[in-house]
Amino acid sequence: MTELDAKMPHRKGNETQSEYTPDGIPADLFVKSPLDQSKSEEIGTPSQSFWKEAFHRLAKNKGAMISLVLLVFLIILALIGPSMNEFTYREQNLAHSNLPPKVEGMEWLGFNGLNAQGSDVYAERQVETNYWFGTDEFGRDLWTRVWTGTQISLFIAVVAAALDLIIGVIYGGISSFYGGRVDNFMQRIIEVLMGIPNLIVIILFILVLEPGVRSIILAMVITGWVGMARVVRGQILQLKGQEFVLASRTLGASNGRLITKHLLPNVMGPIIVTVMFTIPTAIFFEAFLSFIGLGLQAPLASLGVLIEDGYKSMRYFPYKLIYPALVISTIMICFNMLGDGLRDALDPKMRK
Amino acid sequence: MKRYLIQRIGYMIITLFIIVTATFFLMQMLPGTPFTNPEKLTAGQMAVLNAKYGLDQPVGIQYLRYIGNLVQGDLGYSFQHEGRTVESMISSRIGPSAFIGLQALIIGAIVGMGLGIISALKHNSLFDYGSVALAVLGMSIPSFVFAALLQYYIGVKLGWLPVALWEGYSSTLLPSIALSVTVTATVARFIRSEMLEVIGQDYVITARAKGMTEQQVVLKHVIRNALIPVVTMLGPLAVSIMTGTLVIEKIFSVPGLGEQFTLSILVLDYSVIMGITIFYSALFIFVVFVVDIIYGFLDPRINYKGESA
Repeated sequence: MTELDAKMPHRKGNETQSEYTPDGIPADLFVKSPLDQSKSEEIGTPSQSFWKEAFHRLAKNKGAMISLVLLVFLIILALIGPSMNEFTYREQNLAHSNLPPKVEGMEWLGFNGLNAQGSDVYAERQVETNYWFGTDEFGRDLWTRVWTGTQISLFIAVVAAALDLIIGVIYGGISSFYGGRVDNFMQRIIEVLMGIPNLIVIILFILVLEPGVRSIILAMVITGWVGMARVVRGQILQLKGQEFVLASRTLGASNGRLITKHLLPNVMGPIIVTVMFTIPTAIFFEAFLSFIGLGLQAPLASLGVLIEDGYKSMRYFPYKLIYPALVISTIMICFNMLGDGLRDALDPKMRK
Repeated sequence: MKRYLIQRIGYMIITLFIIVTATFFLMQMLPGTPFTNPEKLTAGQMAVLNAKYGLDQPVGIQYLRYIGNLVQGDLGYSFQHEGRTVESMISSRIGPSAFIGLQALIIGAIVGMGLGIISALKHNSLFDYGSVALAVLGMSIPSFVFAALLQYYIGVKLGWLPVALWEGYSSTLLPSIALSVTVTATVARFIRSEMLEVIGQDYVITARAKGMTEQQVVLKHVIRNALIPVVTMLGPLAVSIMTGTLVIEKIFSVPGLGEQFTLSILVLDYSVIMGITIFYSALFIFVVFVVDIIYGFLDPRINYKGESA
């Protein structure tokens, strides 16, 4: 437009004359392009699938991408960290107990092997090997323990989230798909379960079951699936009445086909987002249980166990608390940011 | 409204009943005896003790008796502290918990509202980014990790506030601050997004169009309408504070209900665990109920007629 204005300075004066179009081009210069019906239906750019589009939106979210990279990095460290030095998570060496962290070349970052009083414990006790994150009161290497603990914490969280997912999708799917009396009955159960504070139930179950990874997962799943079931039910109830479902049903699709081909793929977005927020919650609960003394048994370590151990001796050996606390906080922040990013990317309407 | 209230109260009773039943039978399955040093007791002494606490009866009878006593507000005796009733243990401990809980709620609400409102008004400013980042940190970092770090840096290193001592007002500050972090972050985030939504509404544009000053628009239309949904957050926030008290009281040695609960778990004081569980659950259910009712009064768009789910 501006280009045209510049080329035709006389435009304004001639506006009233009828042989000019409103754009200021003489009418006799104006040739209509042939209107081809078949071309109007053509799509200019390659069509984008929903997932591609969502991925593009996610890739634009800096916070979410940084979190994703950090998470991948932490997961890799959790997997290979324990085998990066010669120690194991349960091997005790009382001669090397309570050593502060020391890394060759990273002294300026606090990995200097000095204790709270500022004396070099490594030199005093003639320890040759460097412990990167220091050692605990039994001389166990904290680097190995932190990453083994991360492994266990992540494992518990992922398995609990996966079980929540399976139970929640099946329950919510059945409840909403069949509707009517089935839905009514299943919803009453959910309503009662929602009223129960889940931490209390988790604590009670852990008390009864043998302490260990399996019972922690079980206790978290007992109440955890309710949230997922509600999300799935709400979504399917909305989708069920839409035309494409009716069309598919009219074409003779079976219930199974309707659920797996039409309903579930359309609920995937909210399901993924819910899982993303379940994982940090599970990590938190696990750490919480360990902190009040209901967690894993020694010598196993999870992040919660390590934080609890570190907390007890933080006055004299603050490094024991700081590293596991840093790892758990980073994991929680990353999962939350990634979850936020995914929610925005998968469902722009839900943006908060 | 009346029908809705009756229905909700019905659900509350059913939920509580299920919690009581589940708690009772789970406690029955616990390993060990509730008495200290059971191996030192002779069979006769055990029988006397069991008879004294009614543990020699069949489980069904014990259950019915427990329910009967519960309805009358009798939660039984502690197994570890001789002669103390569970009610007296709960009531003697509720004060400190309620105090730091309410104080945390007030701190969190005020700071959170301030942060949220300012960052929504200065959308996409440096302040906005900073407070959003703070909110993510506050929501993500587990409260006990934060409490431990707070205790180490402010209590031990700087020595500004007492570390683990329950004496005078200053000792309530650190636990309250540690508890309030989640509240602050949640409220700030929530208010910010609500405000941003309200700012774009037609009635705000109308208010501007009819010549109200910016200050009037913000105070009369934006903040008021953005605050209503915040009431719905009170339920989950109260729960997160109650959860938080379990560990934070342990960290700061607050003689509250949460500390009693963690202590009782360690010494397997069944009746106290059951009592506190039921107390917490009842409180939780009641808070959610009250919040729903308040919300209905505040927001005239909500009606309870014909609502069942």
